[in-house]
Amino acid sequence: MSQTQNGSMERRIAEILIQELKLENVTPDTFDVTTDLVKELGIDSMDLTTVVLVLQGEYKVKFDEDSYPSLTTVRAIAAQVKQLQGAAG
Amino acid sequence: MITVRSLLDDAWYQRYEKICNLNIRSSIYDVTNACNLRCQGCFFFSSDEHLTGEAKDVHDWEAFIDAEMQRGVNLAILIGGEPTLHMDRVEAFFKRLPTFCASNGLVKVPRDRFPKMMVGISLWGDAETEKALRGRDTFAISSKNYAGDAYTYYLYTITSQQVGRVETMVRRIRDIGVKVHFQLLSNDEGAEGFAWKPEQLAELRSEMDELLDRYPETVISSRYYHQVLTTGTMLGRPFGWQECPSVSETHDTRVPQPRRLIRFIRWSANLKTTHRCCTSATRDCSTCKDGAAHMSWIMVNKRAHMRTTQDLENWIEVYEMFAKLYRFIPW
Ligand code: SF4
Ligand code: SF4
Repeated sequence: MSQTQNGSMERRIAEILIQELKLENVTPDTFDVTTDLVKELGIDSMDLTTVVLVLQGEYKVKFDEDSYPSLTTVRAIAAQVKQLQGAAG
Repeated sequence: MITVRSLLDDAWYQRYEKICNLNIRSSIYDVTNACNLRCQGCFFFSSDEHLTGEAKDVHDWEAFIDAEMQRGVNLAILIGGEPTLHMDRVEAFFKRLPTFCASNGLVKVPRDRFPKMMVGISLWGDAETEKALRGRDTFAISSKNYAGDAYTYYLYTITSQQVGRVETMVRRIRDIGVKVHFQLLSNDEGAEGFAWKPEQLAELRSEMDELLDRYPETVISSRYYHQVLTTGTMLGRPFGWQECPSVSETHDTRVPQPRRLIRFIRWSANLKTTHRCCTSATRDCSTCKDGAAHMSWIMVNKRAHMRTTQDLENWIEVYEMFAKLYRFIPW
């Protein structure tokens, strides 16, 4: 996957986070994809479950619940999606 | 973008870092349907939740606990009835995962068998109130059993009749070298003279705040917890069924689903039945004063507290209170 594809996936994941969790004062373009979601944005496992459900539908992948603790940033989520897509393909 | 870092100074951020990765998934277990007391106002007996029957073979308990751990539970909260009437069941939990045991304190948990297990002893007031509601002055016995115990605290259920008199017992608890945490009687059996009036709740809030300031080494609490518990509101939202985080997953059909304790279930001692919530299904949610439910309500609403620095600091103090009560961080 190219840098641009990576970037657009990260942007889309940021958009999903903003929409699903009703995050304020941030847009997909200003979202820092390396920000720690749990520690800095206060996202908890219930939030993650919500987001993962949308991601699974959109990217046709299945997250293992044990992997939730590693979904710490938008970048990490994108990497995980990519990996799961690769494994499925 | 509002981040935790942008709201907190270094000192608060360090406190936040100590708790933000605690990923606690608790559930509650009725260890037995029997008790060596019959307190007036006990939600367990007044709701008939003690009539489910109970699993007797400890091997059934062990298999059940293993399955619970598979389900993701990492903190067992044992209630009853009186858990200490079945030490083998308590031990089955304690040997497997972090365990908190609620007790009325009449039977001492042997520390050689249960080193460092957290014990929370119920207390309903001074000797007079205890005799009126519980039939005996339990503190006279529990204080001998647990004096100086570093893994025990009193869970002081304050009644409306204790307002203005809470300090007496706090001092006695301090004098035996144990900690205390507060909650409020919900008066499930409508005991006469024990209903809450708004002015009593306001008075009690100030009283608890003062006690926290005056006995910081003894009282495990937070001003914000006092505020939420006595007003029944948080960030302008009223507590009740639609907000309660402590509803068993198996009973939670609420739409929209509020923020809740993930994986939380309260199990009957028959290991099959699940109860509606951390207290009894017969309790009116609109008057529920359950301390743990209010504490959890705050805790599961972390992002809602990221509005201002003060809100987030309040949230941190409540989370720290929880983490201290279960010794995830030191007292
Ligand atoms: S000690 Fe606890 S379980 Fe036993 S009757 Fe009293 S409140 Fe109920
Ligand atoms: S009685 Fe209290 S703890 Fe139980 S569901 Fe209602 S509000 Fe929650």
